[in-house]
Amino acid sequence: MSTDLELALYVFMLATFLGLEVIRKVSPLLHTPLMSLTNAISAISVVGAIAITGAADATALSRALGFIAVTASVTNIVSGFLITDRMLKMFKRRGPDK
Amino acid sequence: MTVDHVINYIYIVSAALFILSLKWMNSPATARRGVLAGELGMLMAIVGTLLRHEVVNYQWILAAFFVGSAIGIPIAYLMPMTAVPQRTALSHACGALAAALVGTAEYYRETPHGFVMVALVVETLLGFLTFTGSLMAVGKLQEILPTRPIVYRNQNFINLSLFAIAVALGVRLILVPTQSGIFPVFAGLSMLFGVLLILPIGGADMPTVIALLNSYAGLSACAMGFALNNKLLIIAGALDGSSGFILSVIMCRAMNRSFTNVLFGAFGQLQPSQVQAEARSVRSASPEDAASILEAARSVIIVPGYGLAVAQAQHKVRELFDALTRRGIDVKFAIHPVAGRMPGHMNVLLAEADIPYDRLFEMEEINSEFAQCDVALVIGANDVTNPAARDDKSSPIYGMPILEVDKARTVMVIKRSMSPGFAGIDNELYYMDKTLMLFGDAKSFVSEIVKALPAPAARAR
Repeated sequence: MSTDLELALYVFMLATFLGLEVIRKVSPLLHTPLMSLTNAISAISVVGAIAITGAADATALSRALGFIAVTASVTNIVSGFLITDRMLKMFKRRGPDK
Repeated sequence: MTVDHVINYIYIVSAALFILSLKWMNSPATARRGVLAGELGMLMAIVGTLLRHEVVNYQWILAAFFVGSAIGIPIAYLMPMTAVPQRTALSHACGALAAALVGTAEYYRETPHGFVMVALVVETLLGFLTFTGSLMAVGKLQEILPTRPIVYRNQNFINLSLFAIAVALGVRLILVPTQSGIFPVFAGLSMLFGVLLILPIGGADMPTVIALLNSYAGLSACAMGFALNNKLLIIAGALDGSSGFILSVIMCRAMNRSFTNVLFGAFGQLQPSQVQAEARSVRSASPEDAASILEAARSVIIVPGYGLAVAQAQHKVRELFDALTRRGIDVKFAIHPVAGRMPGHMNVLLAEADIPYDRLFEMEEINSEFAQCDVALVIGANDVTNPAARDDKSSPIYGMPILEVDKARTVMVIKRSMSPGFAGIDNELYYMDKTLMLFGDAKSFVSEIVKALPAPAARAR
C-alpha cells in the first residue's frame, strides 16, 4: 500500500516538473488554445467516471453520479479538442503579399 | 490478468501522447499536431478503460457519450471567439464537477479510509469549489453577474473561516470515514466557498482567476488519480495543474500583483480619492485627421485591448492593417499579457480576423520599439498603457508592466468617453500634448479612418 503511494507521489512530482518545463516553452501567442487543450486533457477524469458508471455493483446513486460525470467529461473532451483546433486553424503567417 | 497489463500499456502510451501534445503547443507550426496527439491519447485512455473487466455495464456510458457529444459539438463550433473565456470557465466547471461526483460516488460505495480517503477529500473539496467558482466566473464573464467586485464587511474573515470549517470537516471524514452524515455538509460548504471566493473578484482579474481555476480542476483530477491509484490520471492532472499555475503566475506578474492580492484584494473598486475634481483638457481629432496622420507615418503600432473585442472591431482593424500595409507602412500589434479576458485571448481574436500572427508582438519584444515609432494607435485598451504605473509611486497600479505607448511620436487613442478603466483610475496618457483622443465606437471609428484614407495610387512615387 505504502509503496503504491510512494510510486504515485514520484509520478506526481515528475509530471509536475515536466509540466512546468513544457508549458513554460509555450508561446504566449497560444495561451488561450493551450488552456482549452489542457482542459480537454484534464477531462481524463472520464476514466474514473466510466469505472464508476459501468461497475457491476453500482448503486442507483453511484450510477447516476457517474452518468453525470461521464457526460460532463465527454462534453469537455469533445468541445475542448474541437475548439482548440478551430482556434489553431485561424493562426496564419503572413501569406503572399496582396 | 493479461488484459490488465495491456490496459496499463495503453495508459502509458496515452500519458506519453498527452505530454507530446503539450510539447507541440510551443509553436503555431506544430500546434495542430499537438491537438491530434491529445485526441489520440484521450481515445486510447477511453478505450483502455472500457476494456477493464470491472466495467460490465455499457448502456449508461454510451448514453452519456451521446449526450456529452451532443452538447460539446455545438459548443465547439458555434461559440464566438469573444466568448471563449466563458466557455473555458464553463468547461472548468464541468471538469471539476465530474471529479467531485466521482469522488462522491466512490465515497458512498467504498467508504474508503486512510490515504485513499485523504485523496478523496482533496478531490471533492477542490472539485466542488472549482465547480461553483467557475460557474460564478462564467456569470461574471457573461455579465449575468456584476463584473465589479462584490464586497461586504469582514469578507476575508468570513470566507477563510468557512474554508477552515470545510477543511476541518474533511479532516474529520478522513479520521472517521463512516460518519457519512458529514459528507453532504462538507460538499455544501466547499460549493459555498467557491461562490464566495469569486464574488470579490473584478473583471480585470479574470485572466488570473480563470488560470487558477484551470489549475484547481487539474489538481482535482490528479487527486482522483491518487484515490484510484491510476498513474494516467495523476500525470494528466499534474500537467493541467502546472499549466494553470504557470499561466496564473504570468498573469499576476503582468499586473504586478500577488496571488493573495488577487484573491483577497478586491481590486478595481472605485477609489473616491482618485477621482479628480478639475476637468483637464484633452485634444480630440476627427477620423480624417487620424487618417492623414496614419498616411504620413512610416511605422505604426496598434495596441488592442478588450474594448476592441467588445466593439467587434477586429475585422475593421484588419482592413486598416491591410490598407496601411499596402501603402508600405510597417504595422505591428503590441499585445499586453492581460489584454482580453483570459491569457492569450487577444491573439485569438486578432487571428480570427486574419491578422498574421507574425505581426503580433509580446510586451517585452515591442516595448523598445515605441520610441522609434511614428504613431501608436490605442484601441480599447486603458490601464495597460497608463504611464502612472511606471512613474507615479502613489498610483494603485504602480509597478505594473505597461506598454510604453507614451514614447511614440504621436499617440492616438480610440475611446468611447473619458471614463476610467478596470482599475478605476485616470490615465495620464490622455492629457499629453502629443496625444489625440478619437472619441467614438471603435468599430465605426476605425472604418471611417479606412474610408478617409486617400487612394493608395495617389502616393505612388
